[in-house]
Amino acid sequence: MFAGTVVFALINSSILILLAIGFNLTFGISGVANFAYGALYIMSAYLSWTMLNLLHLPFWASAALSIVFTTISGAMMYRFVLLRVRGQALSEVIATFGIGLSILELFRYLGLVGFEYTLPVFWNESFMIAGAYVDIQRIIIVLIALVLVLGLWLFTHFTSTGLAFRGIAQDERTALTFGIDSDRIATLSVSFGAGLAAIAATIIIPLGSIAPDEGYDVLIKALAVCIIGGLGSTGGVIVAGVIIGFAERFTDSYIGSHWTMIVSLAAILLVLAIKPSGLFGQQKELEERI
Amino acid sequence: MKKRRERIDRGIKARSEDVYALSSWREMLYLAGPRLLPAAAFLLLPLFLGAYWQKVMISVAVFALLAISWDMLAQTGMISLGQALFFGMGAYVSGILNFYFGMPPWIAIPIATVLGGALCTLILTPVLRLRGIYFSMVTLIIPLMLVRIIEATKIFGGTEGLSGMTPLPSTLTEIYLVTGVLLGVLFGLRRLMETDYGLVLKGIRDNDRSVTNAGIDIFWFKTQALFISSTIGAFAGALMTHVYMFVGMPVFALDYSILPMAAAVVGGSGTLAGAALGAVILVPLSEALRGIGGLRIVMYGLFLVVFTVAVPEGLFDYIQRRYHQMERWVEIDQ
Repeated sequence: MFAGTVVFALINSSILILLAIGFNLTFGISGVANFAYGALYIMSAYLSWTMLNLLHLPFWASAALSIVFTTISGAMMYRFVLLRVRGQALSEVIATFGIGLSILELFRYLGLVGFEYTLPVFWNESFMIAGAYVDIQRIIIVLIALVLVLGLWLFTHFTSTGLAFRGIAQDERTALTFGIDSDRIATLSVSFGAGLAAIAATIIIPLGSIAPDEGYDVLIKALAVCIIGGLGSTGGVIVAGVIIGFAERFTDSYIGSHWTMIVSLAAILLVLAIKPSGLFGQQKELEERI
Repeated sequence: MKKRRERIDRGIKARSEDVYALSSWREMLYLAGPRLLPAAAFLLLPLFLGAYWQKVMISVAVFALLAISWDMLAQTGMISLGQALFFGMGAYVSGILNFYFGMPPWIAIPIATVLGGALCTLILTPVLRLRGIYFSMVTLIIPLMLVRIIEATKIFGGTEGLSGMTPLPSTLTEIYLVTGVLLGVLFGLRRLMETDYGLVLKGIRDNDRSVTNAGIDIFWFKTQALFISSTIGAFAGALMTHVYMFVGMPVFALDYSILPMAAAVVGGSGTLAGAALGAVILVPLSEALRGIGGLRIVMYGLFLVVFTVAVPEGLFDYIQRRYHQMERWVEIDQ
């Protein structure tokens, strides 16, 4: 049982990292806490479901289209809404929260809930690792999480856009003097964050089904991982993802499934109360607490 | 010939703001009118309403209280995404006192108000030092966490909740209790925020570091503001427990967090009266739109976005400006 739990804990950690990485990218660069993140995740899943089942597109096409569309809607959200309240963190929170709420409650109103609302798995087979049956989809999740984290690291360290991202994150005004358009970069960061949410949805949703409530859970999970790891720190996301992933699986196996959410929530509160900048967040400590 | 709009204070405003306010009935009415009108409306309306709209009025007052409590916190620089915490805490404490200890409502409600407020303050004290969105995140998470804990541990009736609370004697008692408290809180807090004490609280919102530099312990002031705010929320919850004769997990639902925030944002945050105005507009509106069901929350969400982005000062500010100032077209000097 122990070895199996470890395997599933690793998979769970990858899921959490996938969920959090987009939120973290947006916050780390533009400082926008995108509370519509969970809603974008669910929206992309429904989009892909609609294209797959109502327009009868092949799965790869509908997935790609929904990722593109979600990315664009993230950019539009920044251009038309967030740009006007830029810099006022609290208005940004209220506005993004309002957007997320509207999207999720709209889907709830439309009543698109049930087991038929799910996306197909990529490869429907499973095999034994360490005494536990693991399906290929879960292995793919782990691989894609690894690829995305690595790709993001390469992107932010070796491309000019990626370097501009980090420049804005470190000091917006200095970056402006170097000719980096902070509005353009912020738009990109919000839309990339949305795109990453869509990618995560495409590969994680096949394990369960699409439900509006999932949107709130995704937001909470992303927040949990980012807060514990330190908002805006990619290394922190990985470490925190692993910590929460293991903690959740082990409470599930040894205590009870009701307690898994409580563990992560309690972890957030603990970290926020003791070290609000998280395990790895060093910059901007004075802006977080006084 | 180009023109621009000029905005000037009404003469009567300039006169009546001073000691001369007492010089004529007209000026006294100018000052007292906007205050007496809502008070009179709240006190007289219940007598003419039917049973259904009386219940709506209780809802209005309860959400107005929650919105005021949200605004009070926001004025101290703490944006709460979880007013449901205050509401639910008051509701559960009152429910438990009544259910397990058999306390009558007029003992359970006051105790729940103070105890619920104190509990919320105690829960949030460790994170009071957090600023901006960090505080918002915690307040969003805590009510969700409490729901899960109740679900997991099955305490206080678990998912079923507790039912069969003692109701208050009559609907009119409920209405006058809640509107009385609402008016008291509204005018009391508005006055409080005008004093030096309120100035310190607003200072914490605007620039907490300068307030610290002035030798003021902002942590202690934030705790006090939190206690005031959560007590108001807890009262609303405690009262609703006895109105519905039930308390359960729905008291921590998103509705109780979103609607107060939407009300305060629509009415105009930072004025307290705006928060109440927002509740007076939104709650009956949502009753009238009961047919569209879940779309109501979508609507609140859109209200939140539109008002924060396009009309950040809110309706109350606009009305106040129209009341105190007049506009006229003047020629632009070339």
